[in-house]
Amino acid sequence: MTEFAVQIEGLRYVYQPQGIAALDGIDLAVQRGEFVGIIGENGAGKTTLLKNMVGLLRPTSGKVWIDGLDASQQAVSNLATHVGFVLQNPDQQLFAQTVEEEIAFGPRNLKLDKQEIRGRVEDAIAATGLEAFRSEFPPALPKGERAKVVIASVLAMRPETVILDEPTTGQDYKGCHQIMQIAYHLHRAGHTVLVVTHDMALIAEYAQRTVVLHEGRVLLDDTTAAVFAQPELLQRTHVTPPQITRLARALPRKLALPPTALTVAELGRSIVESPKQK
Amino acid sequence: MQEPLIAFRQVSYRYPRTRHYALKRLEFGIRRGEFVAILGENGAGKSTLCQMLNGVIPHTRGGRMRGRVLVDGLDTRQGEVAQLAQKVGIVLDDPETQLFTTSVLNEVAFGPENLGIEPDEILRRARWALDVVRLGGYEDHPPSALSGGQKQRLAIAAALAMMPDILVLDEATSQLDPVGTVEVLSIVQKLNHNQAMTIIMATDKGEQVARFCDRVLVLHRGELLAEGTPRQVFADQDLLARITIRSPQVSQLAAYLQRHGRPLPEFPITLDEARRGIEQIVGDQPET
Repeated sequence: MTEFAVQIEGLRYVYQPQGIAALDGIDLAVQRGEFVGIIGENGAGKTTLLKNMVGLLRPTSGKVWIDGLDASQQAVSNLATHVGFVLQNPDQQLFAQTVEEEIAFGPRNLKLDKQEIRGRVEDAIAATGLEAFRSEFPPALPKGERAKVVIASVLAMRPETVILDEPTTGQDYKGCHQIMQIAYHLHRAGHTVLVVTHDMALIAEYAQRTVVLHEGRVLLDDTTAAVFAQPELLQRTHVTPPQITRLARALPRKLALPPTALTVAELGRSIVESPKQK
Repeated sequence: MQEPLIAFRQVSYRYPRTRHYALKRLEFGIRRGEFVAILGENGAGKSTLCQMLNGVIPHTRGGRMRGRVLVDGLDTRQGEVAQLAQKVGIVLDDPETQLFTTSVLNEVAFGPENLGIEPDEILRRARWALDVVRLGGYEDHPPSALSGGQKQRLAIAAALAMMPDILVLDEATSQLDPVGTVEVLSIVQKLNHNQAMTIIMATDKGEQVARFCDRVLVLHRGELLAEGTPRQVFADQDLLARITIRSPQVSQLAAYLQRHGRPLPEFPITLDEARRGIEQIVGDQPET
């Protein structure tokens, strides 16, 4: 088994008939068990990159390997057992009459036996906290729960890697954190997680590594702290570090507070522990 | 006293085939030239409120409405949606629901064309609006070929090209990159300052609310739970304990420091205010 969940070499993708190169030479390797944030301006190629990973788009040139498998040689249905894709808008992925049926749909298509399907559905419901909604009609659920149903459906395929494309769009603050907590627990359980979002506070809080795209290329690829320490470069792709990181950076060095603080709690703790002004 | 531009008078509303009210006895006014944020959790009634401003509720949604919504003196129940559309521009969170033409330029020109504006002026407005949202150069692209965030920009441009008296942004920057969000809101702020365009923005981006808005209305389960300046709302820890809204991170930091016995001298809502406060409470570290 390869150590890489995702390997990409020289990936180009050109949308036809406009001839727009959305991806223009992407090299990227994600090890098993990483939690990676992907950021960049609107139109930088983030969603196109994800779609190439899950087989919804096929590279114009270059290679994508998922779990060591050449993605271009795999059916989308087979890739779905290796990499799960949660779309930006949950409503594009819901169609069954009940939450349980929605989650069971994927495993049923793998021709698994009933007991295995049952087990997968139960595990997915538990992982996403949907116990109270199992018999509900998915489109009638609140948006936060609809997003969880989609995540549960993806988990029931038992993919090694879970990809979330703007999972928090349209979610309120509570909903955002509930979804990111699910991603966090998946990561803790050993899954590889890739998240695309414009919410830099969430990236700072959850992603260990961040890949920055700009005009179809990788502009930066480093630890999240190292990425947010380069605001001038990020500006090029219309990204600004989270407000708390910008504040930490704006404080005078003589206060000896961490200039790359990524979260409110991190900066807060250092201030609480710092000497008082005389 | 001057009559407010928008007035909600004991407004309650429930959607068809539902029993509970999405909005309950709302009573407030918005003056011409205000920049107002609507905050609240999912399901609080923010989008419902927005759709009442251009008459989509109750005209096309049906349901049961009580009370009156007055927009520039016009009772929205009496006015037609088309009539209200000349005063009120609305941008929804999901641009897919608003885009329908075959090119980016046509999309932006469609609204002004329907107002009977001269072709030269339509073109001037369309190019201006596309530049504002960084879609200059995309005029001939089909909207379907744009990325999610670019589609949202296009929907905003289409509303701006109408130059409405009242602009309603219902989570309209949710898919924009951080710099794009500030760019669009800065333009909106300019229209607000220079042309007294009234702006109503449902959002959960606390940092932008603190930076751009004069006043905040907080909705909770269809009721108006609180209203005030951004500072009053983000500093109200009792309120924030009752509902989860995203205050600016610097305000979250101030609350953290308050809880941990190192309060800042004044409650900050902007980065500069927080920086000044921290400099006042943290002593210099000796050089090592």
